[in-house]
Amino acid sequence: MPILHNNPQLNKNGELQHLLTIEGLKKSHIDHILDTASSFVGISDREVKKVPLMRGKSVFNLFFENSTRTRTTFEIASKRLSADVINLNIQASSTTKGESLLDTIDNLAAMHADMFVVRHAQSGAPYMIAQHLNRTRSDVHVVNAGDGRHAHPTQGLLDMYTIRHYKKDFTNLRVAIVGDILHSRVARSDIHALTTLGVPEVRAIGPHTLLPGGLDQMGVRTFTNIDEGLKDVDVIIMLRLQNERMSGALLPSAQEYFKSYGLTPERLALAKPDAIVMHPGPMNRGVEIDSAVADGSQAVILPQVTFGIAVRMAVMSILAGTHA
Amino acid sequence: MKLHIKNGRVIDPANGVDAVQDLFIVDGKIAAIGAAPAGFAADQSIDASGLVVAPGLVDLSARLREPGYEYKATLESELQAAMQGGVTSLVCPPDTDPVLDEPGLVEMLKHRARIVDQANVHPLGALTVGLKGQALTEMAELTEAGCIGFAQAEEPILDTTVLLRAMQYAKTFEYTVWLRPQDAHIGRGGVAHAGPLASRLGLSGVPVMSETIALHTIFELMRATGARVHLCRISSAAGLDLIRAAKKEGLNLTADVGVHHLHMTDADIGFFDSNARLTPPLRSQRDRDAIRAALVDGTVDAICSDHTPVDDDEKLLPFGEASPGATGLELLLALTLKWAQDQPHGAQDAQGALALAIGKITCEAARIAGLPAGTLGVGAAADVVLFDPAARWLVDGKALASQGKHTPFLGYELAGQVRATVVRGRVAYQR
Repeated sequence: MPILHNNPQLNKNGELQHLLTIEGLKKSHIDHILDTASSFVGISDREVKKVPLMRGKSVFNLFFENSTRTRTTFEIASKRLSADVINLNIQASSTTKGESLLDTIDNLAAMHADMFVVRHAQSGAPYMIAQHLNRTRSDVHVVNAGDGRHAHPTQGLLDMYTIRHYKKDFTNLRVAIVGDILHSRVARSDIHALTTLGVPEVRAIGPHTLLPGGLDQMGVRTFTNIDEGLKDVDVIIMLRLQNERMSGALLPSAQEYFKSYGLTPERLALAKPDAIVMHPGPMNRGVEIDSAVADGSQAVILPQVTFGIAVRMAVMSILAGTHA
Repeated sequence: MKLHIKNGRVIDPANGVDAVQDLFIVDGKIAAIGAAPAGFAADQSIDASGLVVAPGLVDLSARLREPGYEYKATLESELQAAMQGGVTSLVCPPDTDPVLDEPGLVEMLKHRARIVDQANVHPLGALTVGLKGQALTEMAELTEAGCIGFAQAEEPILDTTVLLRAMQYAKTFEYTVWLRPQDAHIGRGGVAHAGPLASRLGLSGVPVMSETIALHTIFELMRATGARVHLCRISSAAGLDLIRAAKKEGLNLTADVGVHHLHMTDADIGFFDSNARLTPPLRSQRDRDAIRAALVDGTVDAICSDHTPVDDDEKLLPFGEASPGATGLELLLALTLKWAQDQPHGAQDAQGALALAIGKITCEAARIAGLPAGTLGVGAAADVVLFDPAARWLVDGKALASQGKHTPFLGYELAGQVRATVVRGRVAYQR
């Protein structure tokens, strides 16, 4: 069906209509978002932390999967743009009553939503919503706030913002992503963003059970030995290990994982002396990261959160200004 | 009733015929090809100038969804789809609700199909009760009721001992066991070919080894039991290599592929198009090319539509939640012809490629199913399809007779359109 094969996140002028994934975005799209975000960073320090860019617009947070952190940052970002925010925990309402996903979307669109921020446990769910809206309500925008294992583009963008803030130039960096790449939408979004921005070496570090096939086709070097993988890197992105994956057929135990892949001060010392340590949160201290590193001088984990608000403001204001 | 089909290009691979000839049908049987039999006076005649006249198609896998899933499709809708697709005999898998594991259910299905009186319906019985992989079904009784073989549909048997016993028992009566090779554990819950695309899209994968591990097991059990096995819907190059070797070894087996897999790859999932969610999953281009080559070299005996009507409620969902399957009865012919036209393997000339392709959906399929169909030989049941190989048509859900409106080929223009379908000498469909 030809309509499905058009990139659903771009309008006919190649502008962002929705933000569904970083894959396929041009460097100029990403630069524009990061530049816009930097103009918003100062707003949070003002006494009145608001700009009127989305006054009168309604943003619906549609979280089909639990999240406190991401939902809150989107809510704050919307409010700082003066939008009205409606939080819907769909898990607990419509779908359990048997209403289909697209029925839910149609109903909310009929309430004159301007933007949906969608999190869903299934990879690709925001695509289905965006494609449906492209056919029915082309004035409504969709922001993917995390879909299955597929993408978490605003996290990827805030990671890029953080790296740019500390490292300025992407084209001479070595970046290592450590941990459960297999299940991580953050890793996938980071990889696409890093390669698009010209990072010459992206590394993925983890045991074979947590490394998906096909990473080399995404331009990634894989390492199973963390000591080798961290050697001389500029940026370390640690991934969260989900509780349910700490013991079973993927990994024997959290203890053994920490022993083999936990980021300790000794391992951090293998990276460049000015390397930064990132983590999308929430952290498992003592599982993927040692507290001495998490609280150490090279960690930029809290600035990531702060930048995340500005980046989400940038994404939402850019989308709101785009017309199909 | 005497029917005269004149001036058509008769292609009958079963008898090595490819020539413009007239076809004469008397009382539901082929009476003559070429010259009219003595005293023939047609009650009805069809001018087939410019059309191909071929045996009615034999489809080795078409889900009719009865009993149990009438909201997805009914015998009426799907057998009408068969007529529009030129399919005059079809084999239906046992994964209905209830499962086809009791003679009464099979008799009921056969009875319903007789009333509808269109395509010939040949059910596969369940190999194990409820497809649960624990207890054998009454295969002899089921055969008497009309089953032509025994299958597990999409439910792999967990306990290999049960599969061994089932094959021993089937061998006792010389029944054919129809298996789609898939490991019971590896790839379970997977929704796409395990490869770079699934990794990128974050979709859980079905590795090729799910197919190859199962094939190794099946072949060992065949060596031990001597059972005859038909392998359904092979999806991978590695699986085809194993089958090629097993055939060479002399194992008593045949194999088919689903018609979608001749053309599409996992890349056709595009932006999570759930119409491309199929079982087995669309695999890589290398696998697709291997399937095409295996059809030419005979490793794969037949092409099936793998017709699986799915309703909107179960398809308009995120990719991983959508029900697998696509409507296929009305696309089987055109998609098979498309393969013949692509002529990927220079050895075949256009004429030979067309006959080869038609053979894969007529006589070869009939041979696998043990049916006296797929032939225009004198005395055979007069199941015939007339089609215009050049007529182009747009695949549009609304225009399909099937209640299943979902196919990854929506919006494609295909060549090859059925003009008439004759079942047992009666013109059952005409466009």
